[in-house]
Amino acid sequence: MTTRKEWPLWEVFIRSRDGLHHKHAGSLHAPDAELAIQNARDLYTRRSEGVSIWVVPSARITASEPADKDSLFDPAASKVYRHPTFYTIPEEVTNI
Amino acid sequence: MACSIPLPPPGHPRKYPEMGGREGGEGWNRRQKKATPMNASADHNDALFRYLLRLGDTSHILCHRLGEWCGHGPIMEEDIALTNVALDLIGQARLFYQYAGEVEGKGRTEDDLAFLRPERDFNNLLLVEQPNGDYAKTMARQFLFDAWNLLLFRALERSTDARIAEIAAKAVKEITYHRRHSSGWVIRMGDGTEESRTRIVAAFEQLMGFTAEFFHMDDVDRQMAEVGIGPDLESLRDPWMADVEAVLAEATLDWPTATWSVLGGRHEGRHTEHLGYLLAEMQSTQRQFPGLNW
Amino acid sequence: MAEVEKPELVTAVDEAALEATFQARVDAETRVEPRDWMPEKYRKFMVRQISQHAHSEYVGMLPEGNWITRAPTLRRKAALLAKIQDEAGHAAYLYSAAETLGTSRDQMLEDLHSGKAKYSSIFNYPTLTWADIGTIGWLVDGAAIVNQVALCRTSYGPYARAMVRICKEESFHQRQGFEIITTLAHGAPEQKAMAQDALNRWWWPALMMFGPHDADSPNSEIAFKWKVKRQSNDDLRQRFVDMTIPQADYLGLTVPDPDLKWNGETGHYDFGPIDWDEFWRVVKGDGLCNRDRLDARRSAHEDGAWVREAALAHAEKKRAAKSAA
Repeated sequence: MTTRKEWPLWEVFIRSRDGLHHKHAGSLHAPDAELAIQNARDLYTRRSEGVSIWVVPSARITASEPADKDSLFDPAASKVYRHPTFYTIPEEVTNI
Repeated sequence: MACSIPLPPPGHPRKYPEMGGREGGEGWNRRQKKATPMNASADHNDALFRYLLRLGDTSHILCHRLGEWCGHGPIMEEDIALTNVALDLIGQARLFYQYAGEVEGKGRTEDDLAFLRPERDFNNLLLVEQPNGDYAKTMARQFLFDAWNLLLFRALERSTDARIAEIAAKAVKEITYHRRHSSGWVIRMGDGTEESRTRIVAAFEQLMGFTAEFFHMDDVDRQMAEVGIGPDLESLRDPWMADVEAVLAEATLDWPTATWSVLGGRHEGRHTEHLGYLLAEMQSTQRQFPGLNW
Repeated sequence: MAEVEKPELVTAVDEAALEATFQARVDAETRVEPRDWMPEKYRKFMVRQISQHAHSEYVGMLPEGNWITRAPTLRRKAALLAKIQDEAGHAAYLYSAAETLGTSRDQMLEDLHSGKAKYSSIFNYPTLTWADIGTIGWLVDGAAIVNQVALCRTSYGPYARAMVRICKEESFHQRQGFEIITTLAHGAPEQKAMAQDALNRWWWPALMMFGPHDADSPNSEIAFKWKVKRQSNDDLRQRFVDMTIPQADYLGLTVPDPDLKWNGETGHYDFGPIDWDEFWRVVKGDGLCNRDRLDARRSAHEDGAWVREAALAHAEKKRAAKSAA
């Protein structure tokens, strides 16, 4: 029994109840998708935390570069006209 | 007792004639009762009590075996999965023991039944008391059992006894998952590496002979079947074989060649030698300090 | 995510600037995330701390596992199984958190099995009676919770998130332990004696769980700087003692410390000196169960190798068949 390959890592996303998004719960090791789902159920929904599970091989996730954070996200900060509070509405007008 | 797996009689009737006194009927230490109108109800209760113990003991003993793996599994994720199965089983066992205690009406609690009965009074399946062995043996044992247990509990969902039907309805969901988990492992091992294949083949050879008990009816089983509380166990044989065959096929495995088969645990409390040690350990705290609360 | 890119080659000047930015972010209470630049020392420090924590959860299954087959009631057995299962889960969360720093779980396990990595020394003590199971829940989980609540705000994001989840789940662990010990302490004389004996054996090791005095703890300074930890070992230990003594009083059990007394001036309990020689002896291998614990972990891993391998081989066959189709 010499060095062996480790089971691949999977990222787990759980929908906590119907009507909500799947949310990242954590990761786990599994040899295949079927066992990844089963392991996710046993590891992340032991206390009824979920009604639906997604599993994704961690290696298949593409993430943005932390170094790009400024150029990716800062420009949005100045676009205040995207928010409703940017606009002035007379006080006597309601339901808007 | 060695015996071949009895084949289901063609088109056999749902109701069996009285077969009192037949071997495999009454347990060694049970009062022999005749079903006369006067004590028919007591007789029914006794049979129901014993039927519930069989269900409770089988779940409990298998839970105990799986608990032995806790902390020692082949990988963390699997350790967690197996413990989940154990927890489902102990939940089922408790419900059956509690009901059994009520049916018996002598004030015995679930713990009295679990921890204070001697080996000969235990009526679990022989299969589930078999030692864990390697992970192949544990999974083969689990799959053979899960496939049968799922059929049994699906039938019990339709039990005329509302309490049993209710327990079964909850348990069926759990057992469906157990079967999915164990069958998946049988397939991975059969169609995995040379080593895993050798191990799973050996495991089925060691265990298949204990499955005869799944389908063997005694008076208690027949009595329960007559009133629609439990199924005719013979009727589970074909679907069980079909399920096992399909999973073995996917695992690229042949049906085991072993032809031996044994009975004794579920009906008569005649066990393999393994159960005595299991109980000695399991009951040790209660036996050392009798009558205390824990 | 475990994928971590190697930091680019940077000059010494860049390195200093990056480190200053990093420290400024930490000081501003911004969590460090896996792909952020971090000093190599921070990375190593976190892998060491998180994996040690994970190993403790994993090895910690064993002393309690010793009583699964002898739990005295079905209710206790179910709770104990669930608790030990949680510990496996917590080990899994923590190994995942450490994996985000670029060290594989296999590597961490290898370090555990070779004796290179440590785990909490408390698990080198034996569980001898059922009362030990109650006492572990009450004291060992109690001490762990004090430590872990403090870690929920630790600077490394994945570690902090794992701690939040773990703290939430562990709240039942201490309560199940306290319920066991209450039943025993208020039970028959032989049960009460059993409870007292367990307290006698576990009290000091529980206090040692918080680690050496801060003055003798070489990593404390840097851990504070990086906001990995925010409270001193001694402060946390004091909090644990202050919490626990009234519970022992309620139980009618006596903590094995003749120097223990309430100090009205400080508003804390004073307690006697900890035997740090014993602590270091057990850490270095002279506990009753060090070898058994490591043997159990090693054999589970080695005996499980063919199982893990078979699953991979099967998955590979399935993939091949699918792509051929």
